[in-house]
Amino acid sequence: MAAFGGRSCLKYLLHLAHDNLDFRLAEIKALLALRAKPFQPCECFKEKSPFLCLDGLCEEDVRRVMARSVCAKSAFELWGQGQTHNELKTSLLNYSSENMSPYMHKDSTYRISVYTFNKTLQFADRIKKINALEYLPFEGTVSLKNPQHIFCLLEDYGTDPNSIPEHPNYIYFGRWIADGQRELIRSHSVKDRHFIGNTSMDAGLSFIMANHAKVKENDLVFDPFVGTGSLLVACSHFGAYVCGTDIDYNTIHGKGRSSRKNQKWRGPDENIRANLRQYGTEKMYVDVMVSDASKPVWREAALFDAIITDPPYGIRESTRRTGSHKDITKPLDGMYVESHVPVSRAYHLSDIFTDLLNFSARHLVMGGRLVYWLPVYRPDHSEVDLLV
Amino acid sequence: MKLLTHNMLTSHVKGVIKGFPLIIKATEVKVNEVEFNPEFVSRMIPKLEWNALVQAAEELGQRQDLPGELVPDFEKNEEFLKKVHRVLLEVEVIEGCLKCPESGREFPICKGIPNMLLNEDEV
Repeated sequence: MAAFGGRSCLKYLLHLAHDNLDFRLAEIKALLALRAKPFQPCECFKEKSPFLCLDGLCEEDVRRVMARSVCAKSAFELWGQGQTHNELKTSLLNYSSENMSPYMHKDSTYRISVYTFNKTLQFADRIKKINALEYLPFEGTVSLKNPQHIFCLLEDYGTDPNSIPEHPNYIYFGRWIADGQRELIRSHSVKDRHFIGNTSMDAGLSFIMANHAKVKENDLVFDPFVGTGSLLVACSHFGAYVCGTDIDYNTIHGKGRSSRKNQKWRGPDENIRANLRQYGTEKMYVDVMVSDASKPVWREAALFDAIITDPPYGIRESTRRTGSHKDITKPLDGMYVESHVPVSRAYHLSDIFTDLLNFSARHLVMGGRLVYWLPVYRPDHSEVDLLV
Repeated sequence: MKLLTHNMLTSHVKGVIKGFPLIIKATEVKVNEVEFNPEFVSRMIPKLEWNALVQAAEELGQRQDLPGELVPDFEKNEEFLKKVHRVLLEVEVIEGCLKCPESGREFPICKGIPNMLLNEDEV
């Protein structure tokens, strides 16, 4: 009985990468929501800090979050914390030995790492800090290469690189549980992708968007401004089936001028389907179509589990819709030839977003998310403007 | 174009009231092997217009023994789900067109990609 009570009040520490600060917490919250768990940060919570301490979770929750997150570097089972090493020692000695003992066996192997945020520490100093933890009841043997259990001493030296304190502002000690998915940023880099465009979404941001949208296995995801399919690549990686539309015939068919510096024309294996094939998720490809997002072609039903998109802003890609400014007095001749390219006219930014919101209201399942980029003019922008 | 997509598409020609389902006129159809995922098929079935799916499969000569009515308790019926999986995700129209049932307007399909753009006089 006591053991059960003990393990359920465990705290977990997430070490977040110091990047995309505005999107980190939303990503963690979304991933917790996928587990139907609330976001419960501990008392000393600071939004800009790379250390996020969470309550109310179990180890499986943390592992599942780390299996998806590209904002979190690592996760630890928090054993102790404090503003000074003495406070840390007190905190650690207060940590239930019942919770410690499974990892302290004399037949087990372990290693302690030291991580310092915003400060570089010499090797000798790291060893000193590890040795200072000798009060912990480790009975196993140290193995640097392949330990069964990894522990980490994490020190926070603040967020100002120009004013690094002598002593850390805060210290944590915990048992390493899992690393995040930051490797995806490199493995799915747009630099190595078969098919790209001028505005293909960065890999890291694509995965963050897929997480924000709570994409899960067997979802059906749609991108109405799909371009070269970067967002679909990320969603398919998380197990969703994907489809998209774009008004640009060449991009959808993978034709025309290449976006790469040393290449003039796109090759035969350059299209959205090939991108999914490159990462082994071709089976998640449903369809892409040439279509005008302002004139949706879907029947009235809640079809999509998530809509994730990066609409054109009119700066690096043109914003257009089918239609002409001239009066059409005479309709075109009977046969609609495949080669006829419809005349387009301006698609004003505010209309793009109004249409997108209306489209989502009609075609998203209840509880489904719409995730999109909204360009703002910073001098004029305030949060109030976002309320439609 | 897969039949899953076709089941969700409708004609949006100006003035058309009943643009669903689009009639498929295919000149080239391919059947690929796609990994069977019973959970995904089960999730999609409630979103489908079943009659339109059967009709489309029929139009392509790919219906095989797909039943005309939804089978009750389909989530556990793996045999049924496999048939639906084949029709939804494995059959693909590579060349052809989609024809609006009311106006007759044809949307071409080229290299498996439908072109749903309307001309400037139709919007």
